[in-house]
Amino acid sequence: MKKTILTSVLALMAFMLVNAGLKPGDNAVEFSLKNVDGTSVSLSDYADQKGVIVVFTCNPCPFSKAYEQRIISLHLSYADQGFPVVAINPNDVEISPDDTMDKMKARAEEQDYPFPYLKDESQEVYKAYGASKTPHIFLLQNKGGKFKVAYIGAIDDNAMDAAEVTSKYVEKAIAALISGSNPDPATTKAIGCTIKTKS
Amino acid sequence: MRYSIVIILFYIFNFAQSSAQSVKEIDSDALKALTYTMNDTTYVVNFWATWCSPCVKEIGYFEELHRQRESEKVKVILVSLDFPKQIDRRVIPFLKEKEITADVLLMTDLDYNSWIDRIDPSWSGAIPATLIYNKETRVFLEQELTRDELFNHVTQIKQ
Repeated sequence: MKKTILTSVLALMAFMLVNAGLKPGDNAVEFSLKNVDGTSVSLSDYADQKGVIVVFTCNPCPFSKAYEQRIISLHLSYADQGFPVVAINPNDVEISPDDTMDKMKARAEEQDYPFPYLKDESQEVYKAYGASKTPHIFLLQNKGGKFKVAYIGAIDDNAMDAAEVTSKYVEKAIAALISGSNPDPATTKAIGCTIKTKS
Repeated sequence: MRYSIVIILFYIFNFAQSSAQSVKEIDSDALKALTYTMNDTTYVVNFWATWCSPCVKEIGYFEELHRQRESEKVKVILVSLDFPKQIDRRVIPFLKEKEITADVLLMTDLDYNSWIDRIDPSWSGAIPATLIYNKETRVFLEQELTRDELFNHVTQIKQ
């Protein structure tokens, strides 16, 4: 009886830990997802990079659209410095029909995405990371072959107007990593679209 | 004579329409005050936007709650997170179409990270999200609500 309770408590704790998602300092979760070009892209493919800017985003969300050019600019500015962007679309396609692989392909071509745009079809990856909205950034740092979470949150502090931004959170976080320090802030919050899921 | 009555009626009608569906801009300090008002009213503060499909789906329940329970000291406040530049083009036409008469405010402070935690530390920033509170109890719901869920939460908190 006691053992059953203990087992249930442990199972519950494990469940809570899994559901809480990642925090800065945690090990990143490996993924292998289908890209818009038909190939499969894994986090481990980036083992030779200093880090990865993982962006949970989607096609129709106005905040994702407002940030689309800024996400492209991040990749163009930082891929050469060892921090490329990997975009992941986590939305259920029945609830959000604008997020099918075909629509993703069209968007990526139309906007000339210079980075992979992956479909989290099973919706396991966004849950493992603890992404709650789009866009939601997880900046990962490669520490001796292991990716660790360095920063979680928004790209900057003005979704509406890139010209009015006063703090570029992701750029500041990357600069901190390059100079050997920890990002401050390591997390930020922003308004965004909920990730569309059936359950 | 008859013509002028028509004109007068036209103006009265127009005035009634626009006064029912105006949108007041607020900043983060005003919003904070609004989410910590301690009196005998139960406040239902819904964070929404015209572009947010689950928000649009549930907004009718909030309007219904407002119409049904206002006399019972239930105050519904709809806080729009549409961008300020979209008030005239998107927010007001939407409110007219949905015949919303509850109070609508629009948040002008776009530095979200500076105020989300002040409303509720558990809020990730995803919408829809709803705060239901009075001087005794406080519930923050980062989720889409059904009509029953909304009405039940309000009834529970009022007890």
